[in-house]
Amino acid sequence: MREVLALAGVTFSIFSRTTLAVVGPSGSGKSTLASCLACLEPVSSGKIWFAQTEVTAMDAGQQCAIRPSIQMVFQDPASSLNPRMSALELVSEPLKIQDRFDKRERSDRAYDLLERVGLPREKAAQRPDEFSGGQRQRIAIARALVLEPKLVILDEALSALDCSVQAQVANLLMDLQASLGLTYLFITHDLAMAAHLADEIAVMERGRIVETGAARSVVDSPQHAVTRRLLLAAPGVRNSALEPQAV
Amino acid sequence: MVTGAGRDLSRFDPMAPLLDVQNLHVSYTARTGQCSTALANVSFALQPGETLGVLGESGSGKSTLAAALLRLLPGNGRIERGAVHFEGQDLLRAAPRELEKTRGDRLALIFQEPSLALHPAIRVAEQIGDVIAAHKSLGRRAVREQARQILAAVFSTETDRIANSYPHQLSGGQRARVLIAQAISCEPSLIVADEPTASLDPETQQEILSLFWDLRQKFNLSMIWITHNPLLLEGFADRVLVLYAGRVVETGPASNVLSSPRHPYTQALLRCLPPRIEDSFANHKEYLPVIPGETLGSLAASEGCHCLFEPRCVERMAICAEREPEMVQLSSTHGASCFKHVDEWT
Repeated sequence: MREVLALAGVTFSIFSRTTLAVVGPSGSGKSTLASCLACLEPVSSGKIWFAQTEVTAMDAGQQCAIRPSIQMVFQDPASSLNPRMSALELVSEPLKIQDRFDKRERSDRAYDLLERVGLPREKAAQRPDEFSGGQRQRIAIARALVLEPKLVILDEALSALDCSVQAQVANLLMDLQASLGLTYLFITHDLAMAAHLADEIAVMERGRIVETGAARSVVDSPQHAVTRRLLLAAPGVRNSALEPQAV
Repeated sequence: MVTGAGRDLSRFDPMAPLLDVQNLHVSYTARTGQCSTALANVSFALQPGETLGVLGESGSGKSTLAAALLRLLPGNGRIERGAVHFEGQDLLRAAPRELEKTRGDRLALIFQEPSLALHPAIRVAEQIGDVIAAHKSLGRRAVREQARQILAAVFSTETDRIANSYPHQLSGGQRARVLIAQAISCEPSLIVADEPTASLDPETQQEILSLFWDLRQKFNLSMIWITHNPLLLEGFADRVLVLYAGRVVETGPASNVLSSPRHPYTQALLRCLPPRIEDSFANHKEYLPVIPGETLGSLAASEGCHCLFEPRCVERMAICAEREPEMVQLSSTHGASCFKHVDEWT
């Protein structure tokens, strides 16, 4: 077995109720980073602190206990949702796994969340294939929120959606962040969306964070070549954004 | 075998469009027996060397269009009526064997998902050689040599390594390039590309776009480029055709349609895009404009009784709920199917 370094010396922090966007080309380690934070992937060295506790020092059982507060939404809801379950079952399942509440309370909470993400009650019995792509992503978001997490990792959660649906789901995410006090780690290769939604942006390449800072300063005065390249590749971007900034 | 055999080239008028699609109607039959219209009244023509961008969201019928042009619809899909003429050949009436000669040779299709479109257990060079061997009577050596040349046209480095690789050993961008190599291997005059860059990151996307740009010049290729992302058509397509629920709602020169759209749907769609990066901090974290409601999907759309965008349209009028608008010619090249432009007609 050959060991491959997927992440090397990555250091960053996310403040409560803010959004950190992680951008970078394919294979730069964005998703590996997400898996490490969600305790899905063990780290070889380094420390992760979550809400004043060191996650990397915990044993498997303790990690299980904090997992509900860190939830993920994946890129493709068609493959991340069990096709045999109804929307209601999908959203209440995390509560069942965590053995919280009785059945009735679980359904009530799932109904509430489905409504909150914009899915009418009467559609709760339908299965994923009866929903459009945007609606499926809403189900995935409701499922991630049912355990009342603090941190939600959005792993390319908008990338598979049509432009008009992307805007709807992005608005929903901003709404939920404000009303539920959520913290987002927004992984994307869409720099325009990152610039719109995020407070801070971290740029990754080959397992390293090469640039990080307030979203505005990263976009307005990119320091690293990778950031410049990403800006240049963003569709529809006028090259003026890359001209040297007046100091 | 002679290229072009079976086609009556003498009747092919060099001034005629390369591809001419007239009143194409496609329907699907669900397992329940219910029949629904996926494309209605789709007409357009493509000149040699021209690139047409087909813009549409999920369910607009854009992939159905790609499949219908090559008669590759799934078993429950049916071309109800219409005509498709390509290089003087009537594709909808061509015998299956004639059609096989055209597909992959003169007219190539690039599918959406590069990881699914390639055979996982055959080396790349061999998959490209298979296309060449199917259309040209060449010896094995010559086929292999030609496959290698084609690969060299899309990969400037590492050609040999890639030729001997299996698809899983390649990155997404490399797989997309292999599909392009396959498509150009017989020097077609038209490539239909169905979201060829959808799964790629923006940098790779730009690389693939510029590769297409080069190939276009080199081979005088015509292209139908199908996408849901209007930004990918900017500066790339010559003309744009916008589909909504299986209908052509707007068509015209790319610069007109993308910068001054005339149909309310195209206008709403372009407003939904995240702001350009340099403007994104003016409205940072504010709501993005949306199109209210959900797409019906063409499958739910019945024919002729109302404008299908009417329920979501901010400019709807009484007439919009009564019948379906026809294409209104706004200039010699630009048209929109919307009643609000009817007066401009005369």
